[in-house]
Amino acid sequence: MNGNSSLMRRGTAVSVALLVVVLAAWQWGPGLLGIPVFIIPPLSAVFDEFLRMLAVSGLMTHTGITAVEVIAGFLLGSLLGAFFGYVLGMSPTAELALSPYILALQIAPKVAFAPLFILWMGFTLYPKILVAILIVFFPVMVNVLTAIRTVDPDLVNLARAFTATRAQIFWKIEFPASLPPLFAGLRIASTLAVVGVVVGELVGGNLGLGYLLAFGEGQANTAMVFVAILMLTVVGGIAYLAVILVEQRVLHYLPRRALSGV
Amino acid sequence: MSDVVRLEYRNVTMRFVASAKGLTAVQGVNFCVRDGEVVSLIGPSGCGKSTLLNIGSGLYTPSAGEAFVDGERVEGPNAHVAFMLQKDLLLPWRTVLENVMFGVEIQRLALPERKRRAQALLENLNLAEFAGHYPHQLSGGMRQRVALARTLAVDPSVLLLDEPFSAVDAQTRMVLQRELAQTLKRAGKTALLITHDLLEAVTLSDRVLVMSRRPGRIIDEIRVELPQRDDPIARRQAPRVHEYVARLMDRLDISHVGQDAVGASA
Repeated sequence: MNGNSSLMRRGTAVSVALLVVVLAAWQWGPGLLGIPVFIIPPLSAVFDEFLRMLAVSGLMTHTGITAVEVIAGFLLGSLLGAFFGYVLGMSPTAELALSPYILALQIAPKVAFAPLFILWMGFTLYPKILVAILIVFFPVMVNVLTAIRTVDPDLVNLARAFTATRAQIFWKIEFPASLPPLFAGLRIASTLAVVGVVVGELVGGNLGLGYLLAFGEGQANTAMVFVAILMLTVVGGIAYLAVILVEQRVLHYLPRRALSGV
Repeated sequence: MSDVVRLEYRNVTMRFVASAKGLTAVQGVNFCVRDGEVVSLIGPSGCGKSTLLNIGSGLYTPSAGEAFVDGERVEGPNAHVAFMLQKDLLLPWRTVLENVMFGVEIQRLALPERKRRAQALLENLNLAEFAGHYPHQLSGGMRQRVALARTLAVDPSVLLLDEPFSAVDAQTRMVLQRELAQTLKRAGKTALLITHDLLEAVTLSDRVLVMSRRPGRIIDEIRVELPQRDDPIARRQAPRVHEYVARLMDRLDISHVGQDAVGASA
């Protein structure tokens, strides 16, 4: 226990030191190396741009819109993914019948669907949410499916020998056993949702951080692009953190170590 | 011990059609276990011991013949039997108490009664203070004791035990064997025990059945005429124990055949 916490403290100290070094390098490095501001603007310029965007570009509104799309895409995509994972996991026939199509969809780069969705639904929030749903769906579904497939058959037999019904086997064995892999899938999904939304916003529309990215690029405003990237990272980070917090609540029975692998 | 037959195998044959050769695991097995009796089943690896156990618990349907529990033909899983395996099969997301209640919960016993039974069993097996722990916080021996409590909680007529202690260390095993023996005696339970450990078979049982290599048949029945069935550790000291073990070794052909014939590895 003691060695563990001192290791933690040392790790945190190094982490913070690294951050300071990186920020300092960002602020003064470009100037020292003679890199022009339109390639890498120093930290202070990015911060000034951040304040300017807050005041005049509606940065918070755009961030909020992106966040809403991420949340909607993540929730709907995860629900759909989990649902199909459970259904396919429990029905070998359905899995056999559908697996070639699912594999094909999984191989197809999901973000390539963004222009298509925008053609269908116009410059609204929906195509962005749809791209996020599509990209979130697979890691969640695959994790749930494999979890259901790999439940110890002896556990199922134990429940059966106690005269369990099919529903009891699902709710008392298969569903709880699938939760750790489900959350591993949700962690991945939370970061992928941001990717899906940004690509959707880049392709069309005038809302969200993805739009600000494209706009900044058009204006050759490198600092603006940096601000958008940072805000996207913040959105993704909060989503990821939220998943971890829920996971620690739900999987509280696991040994601490198994959860800490961020 | 009364003359009521709790578990009976009548002419049971099991063929697995899935394998190309149509593997016959057990053939024409006949035996019965009377009320309160503990019977061990020994035999070479792959002779179909576990198959018999699965038939008894209703998980397998025999290709021919039938099994009876409490005079009723086994048609599928039923509340009269409960089994326990080498693996403890505890659910990691349940506390010890919740794990013990697993079987009775499936059988839809009312919650207060479930709790009462589980707590009484934990008390008996010296696990009461661990009721709120999760399985990963327990040692292998304790986990196996929890599994035993879960098996007893459904109050089965017959316990089917498939090498329940083969995964724990030798000293823990002796302690667990004694606890099992005492619990079975106290509750007057009937048990069929599969084991590779000849000494375990002799010290824990009233009778030992010896099976042949595949296709498994019962080739011998040895009545263990020793006192103190509830104290296997005392029985270990009895000089006659070694006669029984020697006879079992002889029946299993351990001294003559290569080790592949016997479950030496397990």
